[in-house]
Amino acid sequence: MKRRLFLKSAMAGSAVVTAVGAGLLTPSAAFAATADFKATSDVAMKNASSAGNGSFKFKAPKIAENGAVVPMEVNASKMSNVTNISFLIRENGTPLAASFNLSGAVGFVSTRVKMGKTSKVDALVTAGGSTTKVTKEVKVTIGGCGG
Amino acid sequence: MAKIKLKPKARKGVISIKALIKHPMETGLRKKKGKLVPANHIEHMVILHNGNKVVDADIGSTVSKDPYFKFKVAGAKGDTIELKYKDNLGKTGSKTAKSK
Repeated sequence: MKRRLFLKSAMAGSAVVTAVGAGLLTPSAAFAATADFKATSDVAMKNASSAGNGSFKFKAPKIAENGAVVPMEVNASKMSNVTNISFLIRENGTPLAASFNLSGAVGFVSTRVKMGKTSKVDALVTAGGSTTKVTKEVKVTIGGCGG
Repeated sequence: MAKIKLKPKARKGVISIKALIKHPMETGLRKKKGKLVPANHIEHMVILHNGNKVVDADIGSTVSKDPYFKFKVAGAKGDTIELKYKDNLGKTGSKTAKSK
């Protein structure tokens, strides 16, 4: 099974390479998606530095034994018009973990993220056009980003 | 390959949606036997409630392997919840479930 997977991914990779060679795909276009996410991440970091303290609940463990799986939860169900909930892990290569655009949903998101090392974690909630944050420090005993 | 578990449950006018997607979520930075493991992670995920988009998520490679999400949406029993995702290799997956 693993071998087959490897073959498949190898073939997919070579297809991309040929596409680049034929000039169909410039490398920048191929990596546009990642760059985009990086840009979103930078914007989120900027927002985070200027955001005031939020009045929502942010649940994260104080000590994460396994950095590969760190559960996080934002509960802003008391706030109305929540349009975005984001998680920022400051010490990670790309700080933005995930950004959830909510339209009509209750301001509640729970997920699990990877953390390389002990870091401050920001939860950002945008409600009615203004962004607020709650910061927590999570200690990681084993990192989750390889190494 | 991709397997999705989707469990919407209605309680007092609110549906809590639990979703678990089987996905390797490789960052592209991890090494295995000295070689980089190519990136393979979910980039975009959408949740539809009776056909209306309620959650539109941009997901980075920082989210854990086999990602788990939980959302809450106002709704009642019997509503249709649909989850769709797309990863960086262009693969997509979707799952529809009726709220209990």
